[in-house]
Amino acid sequence: MTGGEYVAAAYGVVFVFVLVYVAIIAAKLVRLQRDTAELLELARRRGEDA
Amino acid sequence: MSYLADVAALTRKDLRVELRAKDTLPAMLLFVLSTLVVFHFALPEGTGEDAAYGLLWVAIVFTALLGLARAWVPEQEHGVFDGLVLAPCDRSAIWVGKSVATLAFLLAAQVVALPAFALFFAPLDGVALVGVLLADIGICAVGSLLAAMAAAGRARELLLPLLLLPLSIPLIVGGVGAAISTEPGRYLVLLALYDGIFAVLSWASFEYVVTES
Amino acid sequence: MSSAFARIQGLPALAAFAAGMMGLALLLAFFIAPEDGDQGISQRIFYIHVPIALTAYFCFGLGAWKALLLLWRGEERHDLESYVAIHQGTIFGTLTLITGAIWARASWGVWWSWDSNQLVLFLTLFLFYCAYFMLRFSLPEGPRRARSSAVYALFGVALIPVSFLAIRLAEDFIHPTTFTRDGPQMTGTMFTAFCVSWAAVTLLAYVLYRVELVGKRLHTDLRELREALE
Repeated sequence: MTGGEYVAAAYGVVFVFVLVYVAIIAAKLVRLQRDTAELLELARRRGEDA
Repeated sequence: MSYLADVAALTRKDLRVELRAKDTLPAMLLFVLSTLVVFHFALPEGTGEDAAYGLLWVAIVFTALLGLARAWVPEQEHGVFDGLVLAPCDRSAIWVGKSVATLAFLLAAQVVALPAFALFFAPLDGVALVGVLLADIGICAVGSLLAAMAAAGRARELLLPLLLLPLSIPLIVGGVGAAISTEPGRYLVLLALYDGIFAVLSWASFEYVVTES
Repeated sequence: MSSAFARIQGLPALAAFAAGMMGLALLLAFFIAPEDGDQGISQRIFYIHVPIALTAYFCFGLGAWKALLLLWRGEERHDLESYVAIHQGTIFGTLTLITGAIWARASWGVWWSWDSNQLVLFLTLFLFYCAYFMLRFSLPEGPRRARSSAVYALFGVALIPVSFLAIRLAEDFIHPTTFTRDGPQMTGTMFTAFCVSWAAVTLLAYVLYRVELVGKRLHTDLRELREALE
């Protein structure tokens, strides 16, 4: 590998890490959204019972 | 000074318990001697002396780990830990007492192991021995605190080596350096500095680690 | 008290600023800074590797600071802040080791060198903080776990100067020392590029830290909400 390719590899690794981080945050958002939906359902049911 | 009296009492208690039970010290002794024998077979023919010093330090750290793993067990087995912490003494005195006792065991094991090493592997001069002593202090000081931390959780036998090994690396650097370098003074300074910093830190933070709430 | 919402407002602006800084840093590093005579183009890895390493240290320092606040003031939120900071530190630490290995391969032809004390001691610190997570996961949740983690985090920060001392005391032949006691051994433009890169990476880490904190606090808030509703 030439020097330039190593530089690209190094910066590329950082880039990929940040994207992986974004993916993980997306997954967490999905889970948070599911939890909120469940809680919303619970709250609505509470509202109906009361 | 009542603080020192507390420490002395705690150390005496630990030594007395060990003298009666005789389980930790013989195990440490046997372990370190067996490890040295293993080294004889592990080191290939014609290896320099320097490798032997490296392995000596591995043996020391793992022997210390053995002693440390057992360090808080008497208290836990007899449900005394909470009682000890409630005792009317400064909690840090408990740490000092335990560290001194563990140090005593480690030194006792080394009194046999080091001459054996010097005889069969490589010579140990006065500077190297000072290095061993200083490193022992560091290991026992930090190790007692970490063992108390680990004792609160599950898988404590697994956890203690994981916690101690990274912290023991500067000590190994110092110890091996003191044994093989032409300028051992700097390594002894490193060891002394480590002991100073981490002993004070461990002493100050022990209370936070053992209080329940 | 709604902890999740309290400090989030400034975050998008901060993230945008971090993005801008990173763009500027890349511009400086690749197009404006002169090429190094000795190492050629692979020297440019320096502009990302060293800031990442410094940022890892910064994150560990932030974690230790929050740990100190926890022990000193006893406010529970500092435990999570400390944990997240150290988590970021480990991530950037991994990046340091990877980019460092790539640079090592480019400059010296090997992926790793046990002769370089700086490398080995960073690895030590990295292992130390990996063990932090082992500690956390083995202790039951509660104030004792928070305090033990905090004490451990502080020990890590104490380990840093001791480790640096070991570097200086022991002999080191390979790892290039760009910052000697006489100051930075590089030209003005290179230094500017380095400083901007450093600022950009630190900002990136801080933004990620804040984002992760928000996510964790949201999770805790939702859990509390669930308990209230069930």
